[in-house]
Parts: sequence; structure tokens; C-alpha cells
Amino acid sequence: MIRLEPRTAPPAWLALAAPIGALAAALALSTAILAAIGIAPGPALRLLLEGAAGSPFALAETATRATPLVLTGLAAAIAFRARFWNIGAEGQLYLGAMAAVAVGAGALEGPAWLLVPLVLLAGALAGAVGVLLPALGKVKAGADEVVTTLLLNFVIALFVQMMLEGPMKDPMGLGWPQSPPLLDEAMLPRLVERQRLHAGLLLGLGLAILLQLVVSRTVFGLGVRAVGHNPRAAAYAGLPVARTTLLVAMLSGALAGLAGAAEVAGLKGYLTADLSPGYGYAGIVVAMLAGLSPLAVVPAAFLVAAVFVGADTMGRTLGISSYFADLVVALALLFVLVGGLFARYRLRLGRAAA
Amino acid sequence: MTGTEVEPAPRGAGRGDARPPLLRLEGITKRFGELLANDAIDLELRAGEVLALLGENGAGKTTLTSILFGHYAADAGTVRVADGRGGLVALPPGRPEAALAAGIGMVHQHFTLAHNLTGFENIVLGTEPWWRPRPARAGARARIEDLARRMGLEVELDRPVGTLGVGARQRIEILKALYREARVLVLDEPTAVLTPQEAEGLFATIRALAADGRGVIFITHKLAEVEAVAERVVVLRQGRKVADRPLVGTSREELARLMVGREVVEPVRRPRAPGAVVLALEAVTAGSGRDRIEAVSFALREGEILGIAGVSGNGQAALAALAAGLLRPERGRVALAGSAAALESPRAAVRAGVGRIPEDRERDGVVGELDLSENLALERLDAPEVSRFGLLRRRAMRERARRAIEAFAIRAPGPDAPVRLLSGGNMQKVVLARALEAAPRLLLADQPTRGLDVAATAFVHERLLAARERGTAILLISEDLDELLALSDRIAVLHRGRLAGPFPSEQLDVPTLGLLMAGHEPEEPLGAAA
Repeated sequence: MIRLEPRTAPPAWLALAAPIGALAAALALSTAILAAIGIAPGPALRLLLEGAAGSPFALAETATRATPLVLTGLAAAIAFRARFWNIGAEGQLYLGAMAAVAVGAGALEGPAWLLVPLVLLAGALAGAVGVLLPALGKVKAGADEVVTTLLLNFVIALFVQMMLEGPMKDPMGLGWPQSPPLLDEAMLPRLVERQRLHAGLLLGLGLAILLQLVVSRTVFGLGVRAVGHNPRAAAYAGLPVARTTLLVAMLSGALAGLAGAAEVAGLKGYLTADLSPGYGYAGIVVAMLAGLSPLAVVPAAFLVAAVFVGADTMGRTLGISSYFADLVVALALLFVLVGGLFARYRLRLGRAAA
Repeated sequence: MTGTEVEPAPRGAGRGDARPPLLRLEGITKRFGELLANDAIDLELRAGEVLALLGENGAGKTTLTSILFGHYAADAGTVRVADGRGGLVALPPGRPEAALAAGIGMVHQHFTLAHNLTGFENIVLGTEPWWRPRPARAGARARIEDLARRMGLEVELDRPVGTLGVGARQRIEILKALYREARVLVLDEPTAVLTPQEAEGLFATIRALAADGRGVIFITHKLAEVEAVAERVVVLRQGRKVADRPLVGTSREELARLMVGREVVEPVRRPRAPGAVVLALEAVTAGSGRDRIEAVSFALREGEILGIAGVSGNGQAALAALAAGLLRPERGRVALAGSAAALESPRAAVRAGVGRIPEDRERDGVVGELDLSENLALERLDAPEVSRFGLLRRRAMRERARRAIEAFAIRAPGPDAPVRLLSGGNMQKVVLARALEAAPRLLLADQPTRGLDVAATAFVHERLLAARERGTAILLISEDLDELLALSDRIAVLHRGRLAGPFPSEQLDVPTLGLLMAGHEPEEPLGAAA
């Protein structure tokens, strides 16, 4: 007989073991599916690993993919800490990307030291504005932000398409629905010669450290946790609950918007409707794997990015759809949630001693 | 609250009891993680017997009845129920429907009624096949009315339950169990929500049930109620059965000692001249629905405890919210030491020197996921001893927490322990420490000992009286009349949002308070308080 018993306090090692276990379980289950269609799991996994980390090029590619995931992961982690369920990072990312184009594609001119920060700032602002409506809806009218932020993603996606077919369409783009390119001075510097890896990663790392400090060391961070876990008690103690929720929501949107701006200004230099393969949603998985800890978002983002990059290589070689990566990541989220059960309960086999 | 002297069943029937057993628990053991909630408990209930199950919070009473009713499966031991042919059969563990079918009825502390349905519909709910559009209800109706008459459970059957008072809802719960032919009725702390008069009515019903040959298990931690209604008493302490004896020949002191495990000394209020007015309400109307007060006036002075009595839901929540800074008056004026702005928000109230103990500590008092030092600092996050330039001073916070742990004897692993891990009593001590640490001018104590055991209650009482000695004005809202009478200098009674009194507590006793709580005028005019 298997029984669950409540734990008094989850042990420390579990914080590390739970996400790694979840990802391993997700990989195992996914390769079992591969085995079922006749692909040997061993070589498949080796291809995945090589693709993600087998060469300097592969590592750089993984780090490049991890960059937006760090930022969207932070966006989800900070919001979820305050129990503001921002599912709209994907849309806020596109808003940030559009703002980056609006500012950096010729509207302003100047040296790089001025233009790059302006482009990033515009992206962050646009992301923050993008979450304002759901946040106000929640604070003022109790509207469920899961629904509002999620649905806004589709509104924004259509808006982006409209802009790319219309006002924001590049006249030199041979009819493709894409924006004009950013000025060279507005582009983020590359970190490694002839690789795609760009300074957005450093931005993400710096913000992760900063947010970790905010969360653990500041009055604001403590207020966020109090509001997240028990808004009634926080209000009773005199904390500004509505203001905290609004601030956290906008901070989360700003981080997602920054991810979009950094993608545009760091990689292609122009906006297309397929800029993000779901970084906003994958950020939720990253945050959950990280246990909502900002610093842990970094390794979690690298793990998820490795799955994406490795699955690409594996898919090309073995002829499997690249959706395989989505499968692994989605399963990892489910396993993290199951893992939460083991953080709160202890599994006991057999009859308990009386 | 001693019972009327009508005793249909012989009390204290000892050995050689000829009445057939209805229920027998054998060796019931239940473990939750490290906690042994029930340790090999044996218990027998006979037909026509009223058994009091006495114990402090956490003694294992609720666990035991949950096992009896099939909500939990015991780790070891069996529940046997009379099969109607003179024998006892074991119930399958963890199956509430089996317990129901075997004639076990349960009246929970929190009622399980559908508010939008009438009393009648609630009683028959689930006993009729769902496919019959308009069931033959006349027979059911007659049975219910007969039961109600015989057991003293008169109640309006055709009004939505949501519009009925708590006492009436409880009667419907009992009727619901009886309608399902419960032979064993378990009542979990049934008097907690009743006025003293309503409690008397309940006791009469319990006696009638026993005379009818049913068995009643009455769960409580109030000794006076055990004496009023029970014939035998079983005392649980820390999961063990420590006594099982007839009530005859057992003193109240002895029961208290058995329940707590040692002597507990209640602090005594000493006379003290009150000082200047601290909290003044002038014809205040505020709140909405059942949480509303109308034209309430009183003045609370330094070094004085003003008790507020009343059945819950008569405006106490509105009064508490006003004093905590959560609610503004619609009409009238609320002032702290002459300033209305001081109670404009929770933050303003804390700054103006109001300590607050909320009614529900887990809902309003603490954030369970935060640790002790964080919870203690929550009301003054920008005070210099907590933070500088928006940065938390973790070491200073821990130091503060250590001091509070020592001063209030909080049993906790340390300042870094999440508060949700603490017991109710220790959680309340955290709230108390936070409310009292800045030597408040006004202390709002809303149900400060609800759910606490005898020792923790005595501790809270001692701290309240010590604060009064230092000159704190205390607004004590409580449903425990003995607590109010012991601690308060003056007591006022809330009924439907209106305040009677305050009266000097020396002129009051439990029956008088009970009448006032039910909305009656005092029989002889009580001296108006200064």
C-alpha cells in the first residue's frame, strides 16, 4: 500500500532534486515515446546532448536560446511570487519587440551608448504597459488575470501581424511581412565572434542577480511574498496590497518586453511574426523549474534551452518533428507540479508502524 | 449554565449496565507524520447514554470522530456498530456512507447545509432518488414534524436556511441526522455558536434523544457543559485516553487537571482607576449586512478592558474593523485620543499605537509561508529597526524575533521557521507579541483565545491584564462569557448591530448576558457605567 503523509517541512535537498528529477522524468517519458515508434533511446539522447552541448557552437547556440528564456523566466517568477498569474509574457514580448523597432529602426539617431539603452527601455516600457490592463482589472474589479493575460496574447499576435502587413512593413522587404531593420547603432553587441550569442545574456544574468537581491533583501520583496501568500493578512498589517500587485505585474511585463527587445536587437535586427517560438510560455516552465527563485531561473533557462537546441539537432538527424522539444518541456512542467506534491507530502510504502 | 434538573435517563450508570452497546471503538490508532493523533483508544457507547468527549485542542477528539464517521481510515483498530439484532459489526474503514447506513449521525462545528434550500429540502436532500421530479413528500414531512416535536427541535422548515439564525440551522442539522435514523449522534463543539439560552435548549434535546434510546457523543472543552448534560466523560490528552468514568463523583477541578495534565492558574484582575479616554465612538453606523453596527457609542479609557459580548455575526466584525483601521464609519465619529485620522487605515492605526489581534489569526494575522521574524516585522516594515533605505536588516529582525520567542514563550524551531509550522497557540503568541511589542495605547483583542488550550488561554489572559496594568486600553471582543466576565472592567452587548451598555461587569452574570445577547432588556435596570 502506498500512502501520502504530510511533511512538516520540505528538506533542503528536495529544492534541487525536484526540478532535475522532473526534467529527467520528462526526458525518460519522451524517449519512451520515441522507442515506441522504433527509435533507439540511447543514440537519440546522445544526439540531443551533442546538439545542445557537444561543441563550442552548440554551447553558444544553447546560451543564445537561453537568453530570452532567462528574461521570460524572471517575468514569470516575480509575478508568480505575488500570485499574479501572468500568462501573457508571450504577448508582452512581442510588444517589447515592436517598441524596439519603433525606436531603433530610424525614428531616433545617435551613438550606440545612447540608442541601445533607449531601445531596451522602450521594450521594457511597452511590456509593462501591455500588462497594465489585466493588472488594473484584477486590482479594481477582481478580473481573473489568468484569463485576461492569456487572451491578450492572441490580441497582440493579431496586432503584430496587422502592423507587419501595414504601418510597420519594410518597404524594402520584397513584400515579406517584416519590419524595417534596426540601425546598426541600435543593435546589441555580439559576445563571441561569428556566433549569434549577444549581450542580452549579460543583461539577463545581471537582472537575475538584481532580482534575487530585491526578493530576499528588500522591504518590497518581503511585501511581494506577503501579498502573494496571504493578501488579507498583508492588508491587515497595513501593506499596500493593490500597489504591490500593480508594481509586480508591471515589473513582470517589463521583463517580458525586454526579452522581445533583446531578441530583435540581438539577433535578426528586424521583427517578424515568428520572432518567438513560445518563449513567453516556456518562461513559465523555467520559473516553475527554478522554484520561483530568480537566481535559479538562469540554470533552469539553460536546461530548457538545451532541450530545445538538442531536440532540433536530434530531429534533423532522425527525422523527428521539432515539436519533440515542446513535448519534453511540457512534460517537465507537469512533473514539476507533481513534484510539488512530494515537497509537501512524504511517500510511505506498506503499513505504518503503529 | 448548570442544567435544569430533569433527568430522563439514570446518570452515572456504572458496572453491570444492562443497556445494549450501540458503538464500540477498539484500539483506534492514527498517525499523521510524526504526530500520534490517536493512540490505541477504546470507547464504548450504550443506548440512551450521553457521553462527553473532553479534551483540549489537538488532543485527538476531531480525529477520533472523523475515524468514527469514516472521513479517515484508522492505522489500527476497529469501529463496531450495533447491527440491530443485539450484535456488533465492524464498519469498513474510511467509508462515510457505511457509517451513515449504520446509523451514525454527525453534526459538525461548521454546518453542512445548502443556504439557498429550505430546511425541509436540506433534511431530505440525498435521501430521495434523483429521477423522481416531485417526490411524495407528505410522509417525509410528517416524520420530520413528529421528530421535531418529540425532540424539542422546533424550527421553520419552509424558509431558506440562509435566512435562519445559527441555532435554527443547528436544529436542522440534528433533524437531518435523525431523519436518516441516526442512533448514534456526534455533536462537535455544538455550543460554540449558541447563546446560553439556546445551549439550554440543545441540552434538553440531548436529554430527549437519550430518553429515546439513542446514544450521544458530545465533544467539548467546556467543563460546565460536561456537567450540564453528560452521564459519563472520556478525557483525551495528547492522543491518549486518560480517563473514562461516570460524571458522578468527579469534580470540575479534577476534570480540568485530567484535560490539561497539570494545574493551571488563571490570572486575576486587580482594581485600577481608568485614565483618559483613548477610543471614542459617537453614534457610529458602519459596515454592511450582518456585519453592521448602528448608532454605537462608547468611550474606552486608559487601563481599562471593555468587553463586547454577543452571538457572532451581530456586528462584532464591523466594530473590530473600525478599531483596526480597516473600515470607516458611514455616520458618526470614531476617534483615537481625539484624532479621527489615526484610524483611517491599518497603517495609520499601527503608527498611532493600536495593537491588533484579529479574530482569525490564520486568515488575517499571519502569513504562514513567511518566517517568524518576517511576520513579527510585517506591521512596521519601514521602521528603522527593520529596514534601512528599503533594505531589510535581517540580523536585527532575527534578534527581535529571538526576543519575542523568549518573552512570549513561543514554541518554535527558531526565528527562521515558517509560521505555518507553529501550533495555533504559538501562532497566536506571535500575533500577540506583534500587537504588544510597541506598548500600544489601544489594543484590539478580537476572540484572542479562540481555539486555544487552557494553558495558552491563561497566558493570553495574563498578558492582556499586564497590558491593562501598564495603561493600555483594551477592546475585548469575545464569545466566551466567562472570559469576558473575568477580564473586563465593563461589558457591552451587541445584538443586531446595536450596543447595550456598557455595564460594570460586577453587575453582570452569564444568564443576564445571555438575555442581553438574545436582544432582551435587562429585567432590572443595570447601573449605567461611568
